[in-house]
Amino acid sequence: MKYRSVFEIIGPVMIGPSSSHTAGAARIGRVARDLFGRQPEWAKIYLYGSFAETYKGHGTDVAIIGGLLDYDTFDERIKTSFEDAAALGMTFEFIPEEEEAEHPNTAKIVIGDSQGEMELVGISIGGGTMEVTELNGFPLRLSGHFPALLVVHDDRAGVIANVSNAIASQGMNIAHMEVGRKEKGKMALMVIEVDQMFDETLLDELKSLPNVTQVSTLAN
Amino acid sequence: MEVLFSSVKELVSLAETQNKPISEIMIEQEMLITKRSREDIIAQMDNNLTVMESAVEQGLQGVKSTSGLTGGDAVLIQNYIKSGKSLSGDLILDAVSKAVATNEVNAAMGMICATPTAGAAGIVPGTLFAVKEKLNPTREQMVNYLFTSGAFGFVVANNASISGAAGGCQAETGSAASMAAAAIVEMAGGTPQQSAEAFSIVMKNMLGLVCDPVAGLVEVPCVKRNAMGAAKALVGADMALAGVVSRIPTDEVIEAMHRIGQTMPSALRETAKGGLAATPTGKWLEAKIFGKDRAVNDTVNS
Repeated sequence: MKYRSVFEIIGPVMIGPSSSHTAGAARIGRVARDLFGRQPEWAKIYLYGSFAETYKGHGTDVAIIGGLLDYDTFDERIKTSFEDAAALGMTFEFIPEEEEAEHPNTAKIVIGDSQGEMELVGISIGGGTMEVTELNGFPLRLSGHFPALLVVHDDRAGVIANVSNAIASQGMNIAHMEVGRKEKGKMALMVIEVDQMFDETLLDELKSLPNVTQVSTLAN
Repeated sequence: MEVLFSSVKELVSLAETQNKPISEIMIEQEMLITKRSREDIIAQMDNNLTVMESAVEQGLQGVKSTSGLTGGDAVLIQNYIKSGKSLSGDLILDAVSKAVATNEVNAAMGMICATPTAGAAGIVPGTLFAVKEKLNPTREQMVNYLFTSGAFGFVVANNASISGAAGGCQAETGSAASMAAAAIVEMAGGTPQQSAEAFSIVMKNMLGLVCDPVAGLVEVPCVKRNAMGAAKALVGADMALAGVVSRIPTDEVIEAMHRIGQTMPSALRETAKGGLAATPTGKWLEAKIFGKDRAVNDTVNS
């Protein structure tokens, strides 16, 4: 089942004009912001394929910036996101790329501030649904069809067990799980897709676990 | 994943054996899959209905898109209805104008509810707010209209496609119009099977419709395809309520749509490289909007 909820058919509520080029783009930006965990000070956005060719007409640019400002797909402020970003002191740049990406609607978002940088590649697959295909060089296979948890953590013994125990204690089943790391002992990433929606208590519990640095979610 | 239905046949059979409307089966499935409460689910759909209502109202005031390609037609049609000269009927034209209103708001970066996509967002609300004038439904019945549309859309999305890039416009406005026809039947007091017949009758007349947006924008011909989608939804619903049935079962019609989408050339699947997008005027408009370097032929019609 590619689609799980009636609200993927009757929904999302969104600012037009395109579920893939506007709503999906805003979601890519917002997931990047969520994973970064704070308002970035600068952003470089590389656009590929149809995104690169039609981003102005579809408001893909204002939608991605809106997402980076934590606006949802239906937030009217998406239209004024450039001004809002300027007011917050966030600088940004859009770079349409000529080279072919695997998916026609691809965006690579590089964001950062004085404390760090993050790079995320997202694709918009239709009807406002998006997928993350790469995070800080980690290739992901985040389907976007299930609610998902993204846990950034230090590569230490026991972190995976702690996280899966916390999920199990809520009576939740893991549909798909992926773990990757850049270098032994450095930053690692867990991508966990679950069968049911999760609530705030689980997220708080995960955030409080030792060696977990960031928890983000993709709820569909 | 445990589901109550994955085909229209199963959906109709559940509704018939349990003596429940299709909307109720959809609500029960949503509760089962998402583990959310009935109140939560209904409240979210009620909010979607409010968004649709505001978009129609806004569009009927007259809006204009950033590109300048679309806007203002909903007002023209409403004024024409008021002149009393309408040939195809006031209810149909009202649905057409309200579908156009929604898509004009969408093109102008207003707030809409995707049904099932933003490009096809006019048909379900357009028909709903037109039929409302005749049937005087309760708020609950209007929310149920959206659940019934969603139930049919759910089957299409999972067994075929609701994306123009994957299946052409038949997957977007084709799905939306067929979903709306099924919901109109339920609101008018038809049976679950009649909803399925209405869906089939409309989808059969949407098969093969390509996705060829000028300049890649959700404007030309999308707005007018929503207009005609709304008209077909109403006619299809009336035919089913009259007792007309489809010789091809609904699930097979959906499968046919899927296979047609798979064999459709990529130029006709939302790449803006074929169909109306590739006409001289389509190319000229593209060049005008995005700058000359993007169009292959920028001298035509200038």
